[in-house]
Amino acid sequence: MSADELQLDGDGRLKHFLTIDGLGRERLNQILESAEGFIGVAQQAIKKVPLCRGKIIANLFFENSTRTRTTFELAAKRLSADVLNLNIGTSSASKGETLLDTLRNLEAMHVDMFVVRHGDSGAAHFFAQHTAPHISVINAGDGSHSHPTQGMLDMLTIRRHKGEFRDLRVAIVGDILHSRVARSQILALTALGAREVRVISPRTLIPARVEDLGVRVFHGLREGVRDADVIMMLRLQRERMSGALLPSAREYFQLYGLTEERLSTAKPDAIVMHPGPINRGVEMDSQVADGPRSVILEQVSNGIAVRMAIMSLCIGTQNRRSQATGDV
Amino acid sequence: MSDREALSIRNGRLIDPANGIDGLLDLHVAAGRVLAIGPAPDGFVPTRVLDATGQIVCPGFVDLCARLREPGSEQKATIASETRAAAAAGITALCCPPDTNPIIDTPAVAELVRHTAHRHRFARVLPAGALTQGLAGSQISEMAALKQAGCPVMSHALRPIRNTLVLRRAMEYAATFDLTVFLHPEDADLRGAGCMHEGAVSTRLGLPGIPEAAETVAVARDLALAEQAGARVHFRGLSSARATEMLLEAQGRGIAATADVSAIQLVLTEDAVRSFDSNYHLRPPLRTARDREALRAAVASGLIGAICSDHQPHDADAKLVPFPATAPGLSALETLLPLSLRLVDEGVADLPTVIARLTCGPAQILGKPLLGRFDEDHSADICVFDPQARWVLEADRMVSLGRNTPFIGQELKGRVSWTLLGGRIVYERAAQPR
Repeated sequence: MSADELQLDGDGRLKHFLTIDGLGRERLNQILESAEGFIGVAQQAIKKVPLCRGKIIANLFFENSTRTRTTFELAAKRLSADVLNLNIGTSSASKGETLLDTLRNLEAMHVDMFVVRHGDSGAAHFFAQHTAPHISVINAGDGSHSHPTQGMLDMLTIRRHKGEFRDLRVAIVGDILHSRVARSQILALTALGAREVRVISPRTLIPARVEDLGVRVFHGLREGVRDADVIMMLRLQRERMSGALLPSAREYFQLYGLTEERLSTAKPDAIVMHPGPINRGVEMDSQVADGPRSVILEQVSNGIAVRMAIMSLCIGTQNRRSQATGDV
Repeated sequence: MSDREALSIRNGRLIDPANGIDGLLDLHVAAGRVLAIGPAPDGFVPTRVLDATGQIVCPGFVDLCARLREPGSEQKATIASETRAAAAAGITALCCPPDTNPIIDTPAVAELVRHTAHRHRFARVLPAGALTQGLAGSQISEMAALKQAGCPVMSHALRPIRNTLVLRRAMEYAATFDLTVFLHPEDADLRGAGCMHEGAVSTRLGLPGIPEAAETVAVARDLALAEQAGARVHFRGLSSARATEMLLEAQGRGIAATADVSAIQLVLTEDAVRSFDSNYHLRPPLRTARDREALRAAVASGLIGAICSDHQPHDADAKLVPFPATAPGLSALETLLPLSLRLVDEGVADLPTVIARLTCGPAQILGKPLLGRFDEDHSADICVFDPQARWVLEADRMVSLGRNTPFIGQELKGRVSWTLLGGRIVYERAAQPR
């Protein structure tokens, strides 16, 4: 079953959120609009809305994460849901329980939504395929495939700074090959009609036929960020810095590390983004990370609003479904 | 089903590519052997007549690669279950790779496999002997003893031989005993953690890719060594257009190299993986449409001499994890014929050519030239099939214990009616509940 068929219900409503692939501009804009509304919630004295009251949302993290898990947890709590945090890496999996057994056990606890992070591409898809029909699955990152809530929070951040997408040149810098964030950003930007999406990296970190996703490939940072409105840095995992992909962190920073000086070819009002956590001195220097162009901390706050929007959309679809079928 | 009855198969279109026969001819069988083709001999009274009107009568298929999972993985399948599935698919002889547990690197294991198959009498099982001891890629195996124990070829299954000197010596030693070496061309380091073709689809899905070079580097290396060693090599399961070009060039220079292709490679491409359906997790992987066209052309021309199932039955759990973590391979015996027949329907090759790639082609590669053809007074291994029959593959009607195939629920065309092994009916569709 394709992602389209899997993540939308019969009426085209979002039931799971697995990938940005195939969602289309209209639906992405609808998510962004809804997220705008939730930004206001954080500014209220009482930071809660009752949209998911009585629902149980389980964070299933098979890979470590602090930021993503915390913002998902906050988003769920602001929607008045009850939240379970399961660090599977340290519990069932290590005792030999299979993924499906873990899933069935949580279903038996009447969970309404799984937020899943897993090291294998396609893992969220797998969960969505095997879970009971009344449960929604939100992909919080699967292998190198997709991190759609990150992609959407990046879009929200860009929109709040730049407005329309159609005039924007966006440069994505770093390990495109292994990055689920890059894939989600590229799919979202092209769907939203960005004027140009560029990827900048040495050849070892550019995946095969990446042009098919609608991007231009650059190997030099200075040319790649020329006239860019948005520069999105990717995190470089430590293990990529040894072995055959890159010679050293030092040479990588010399060539692809973002500094104020190297930003000089970009538009004067260009913004700089990073999904975090930053390796200062590898992906960018502190002057840029803490400088006036950096919107990195806004990305974190926007992440909560976007996740609230997506969770409430999916729960809304499920509520509609249970009303229609008479399920409780 | 009585044993070794005298029977006639009447009114069918008899196709025996090895003998250049294609016509409306009857086939008469007695005492397990082919008695006559055409009119019945004087005084021959069959005890049973099979009416093959509108059907094809051809030699039983010879499959160069089918895993039976016994010994070692009987939770997935057994020799009895899978040879029964082979019979239902018209396959009367099959070669199983040596990567069982224990590995087929001693005469005892080879004999165990052969004797178990012989006891069940659904299909001839020809185990490939392990090229190196324990398939560890360091110490060559006792190939003369394995040959004597009934291993017609030597193979290294999917395990790599990283040391080129070991591979050279193994080829030379195999050539000493006139044994063909089956090689799965794959550079283990270039494959790495790859689980699908490296290209546009792997990039979109973020799945680790297996580059075309993983195959071509191995083919280039193996051809160079085979030329040096004067050995006969067979590439098990080509997947890329470039590899077929290299094979053509090598054959032109007189290198004794052959190749086969898995039937699924002739019908699908990398696009199938978009659904993350782990039944499409294959080694070698499904590649591009260009590769598929080249493989089809190579089957039509005979450059690729055999189509095989590459049957790999799995238990359900082996596929119930996210895509990259699943075990590769599909249960493929029962779709071998219908997938191969698509080449006929789509005008790639005529029916006798496709049948040749399923019968005498693989038999030659195995060094068993008496299989895959009809000769008077030779064993009557026969498949009768209806090339027009449309049917839907249903999981609970599959004979193989492995239900891991993406074709479940799909309509297939071409269905076996009878299979005879040594003149004995080992499969009869009419007798199966519909």
